[in-house]
Amino acid sequence: MDFSHTEALWVLLLGSLLGLELIGKVPPTLHTPLMSGANAVSGITTLAALSLIIKAGDNKPLLVIGSISLGFALFNVVGGFLVTDRMLAMFSRKTIRKKGNR
Amino acid sequence: MINSVLLKYSIDLVAVLLLALGIKGLSKVRSARDANRLAAIAMGLAVVGVLVDFLGGSGISTNAWIWILLGTLVGGFFGMITANKVPMTAMPETVALFNGCGGMSSLLVAIGVLLFRSNSDEVQKTIDLVGNISIVVSVFVGAITFSGSIVAMAKLQGWLNTPAWTQSKLRHAINISFAVFALIGSIDLLFGGDSGLWLLVFGSSLLGIGVTLPIGGADMPVVISLLNSYSGVAAAAAGFVVESQLLIVAGAMVGAAGLILTQVMCNGMNRSLVSVLFGGALGVSSSRGGSDQSEYSNITSCSVDECALTIEAAERVVIVPGYGLAVAQAQHTLREVTRVLEAGGIEVSYAIHPVAGRMPGHMNVLLAEADVPYEQLKEMDVINPDFPATDVVLVLGANDVVNPQAKKDPNSPLYGMPVLDVYEARTVFVVKRGMSAGYSGIKNDLFELSNTSMVFGDAKKVLGDLLVELKELGLGRKG
Repeated sequence: MDFSHTEALWVLLLGSLLGLELIGKVPPTLHTPLMSGANAVSGITTLAALSLIIKAGDNKPLLVIGSISLGFALFNVVGGFLVTDRMLAMFSRKTIRKKGNR
Repeated sequence: MINSVLLKYSIDLVAVLLLALGIKGLSKVRSARDANRLAAIAMGLAVVGVLVDFLGGSGISTNAWIWILLGTLVGGFFGMITANKVPMTAMPETVALFNGCGGMSSLLVAIGVLLFRSNSDEVQKTIDLVGNISIVVSVFVGAITFSGSIVAMAKLQGWLNTPAWTQSKLRHAINISFAVFALIGSIDLLFGGDSGLWLLVFGSSLLGIGVTLPIGGADMPVVISLLNSYSGVAAAAAGFVVESQLLIVAGAMVGAAGLILTQVMCNGMNRSLVSVLFGGALGVSSSRGGSDQSEYSNITSCSVDECALTIEAAERVVIVPGYGLAVAQAQHTLREVTRVLEAGGIEVSYAIHPVAGRMPGHMNVLLAEADVPYEQLKEMDVINPDFPATDVVLVLGANDVVNPQAKKDPNSPLYGMPVLDVYEARTVFVVKRGMSAGYSGIKNDLFELSNTSMVFGDAKKVLGDLLVELKELGLGRKG
């Protein structure tokens, strides 16, 4: 796949603008879960670690670095999403009960 | 071949779309949980996209698969364990830890690519300015994110204190010198040198520590949020390094969204980002502290049964939860107490300070766990006008967020921080383990007021006793 830096800079610009627009008003209740969720998304470096390993060929040190990097990234991703879900589960359980009561 | 490229593109596009929807959904209570799952699915898709891309192109060697599997299993396993085992009270630290690891990952990728490049002649030719800049940014931001997050975690866990020297002007000089190290390293790297890498790594790691270490208590959530934004930037930079547009979009999105969230948090605390980052910790300055804390006089302490009698006669009770409640894991006992109060016809609400606990929303999560109705949780601006009409305020392990100094004493380091005006209520009970200062280390004038009584003890134990006393008084059986 072609990769040009000019294009990539456009992608960076548009991605940043999108990020700025995504979050408007956030109730304080959701600050922690949102931070945690966004944090899990930043574990997207998983992709970088993956391509590093695949491109490494027979380069042993690089494979090891890539693998450690992948481990860190996935720790972030898996842990991040699960912990966010754990937090949010508490909110949703309550909303369901509330609906049932009224 | 063509098909796999097409497939890869469509997978990437769907993944970006889902990620964006996920982050958007996370900012609304109703959709938050589904949104989180959506984002997780998007992440899975993105990984599939990369694998498809390589399988359709150069292929993936068995060797690579082994290392991929190894990293996946180890990282995934520990992530799962940590996410499931960690107590709700330690949420802020956990987010900081995960975040640091994300930064570390970007850092390692950049280092890997750099080492790889210097070993291979073929790729050597493609060295270009943008590539070098992205490696520098990835290393710099990744290292700061990692070391900063780890320090933030250690501070929140109480493993690290705020050293006195970090409150003096000296720290700016030290941090600037770290930054200069990092800058020299970067310049060397940009012009193709390799030795600059380690200078950059150490310079930026130390800078991350130096910047985070002086920041105290209430400001820590803002820092974690900011570091979260950084890890997005680091990911975007890593995207340039490995030439992945998806990585760039996602990283940029998290970076920008994190920045907005940080701003929202700062507004909530009435602090500016600059004062959080460079103003130093509240109240740890050496001139204050120490002697101040022993100067309490006119402290009224009372027993649980006196407290129960007063509460029983009240019509309106406001609960102010704080970190002490979280530490004591007393949220369920608290809920039982408030159930009894409500059954006795007493109006109960909870005053939630934006930074009660150690992170915005910390108390909401905790109380939600204990089944407290959402509409009883009142934000600071909503409940503050109600305090003069409140009979009893029960402060549970909160300290700095109810300190009247913030409103009345212009010399106080807390001055200007928005607080709950609990002192305006008729009676205030403060449940606390001892007279130690809050996270900021500042004396709390509230404790000396004539309408304040201290109930010493662990929040869970006190609430348990209170429950028994209230039941003995026959509360909740009238109706």
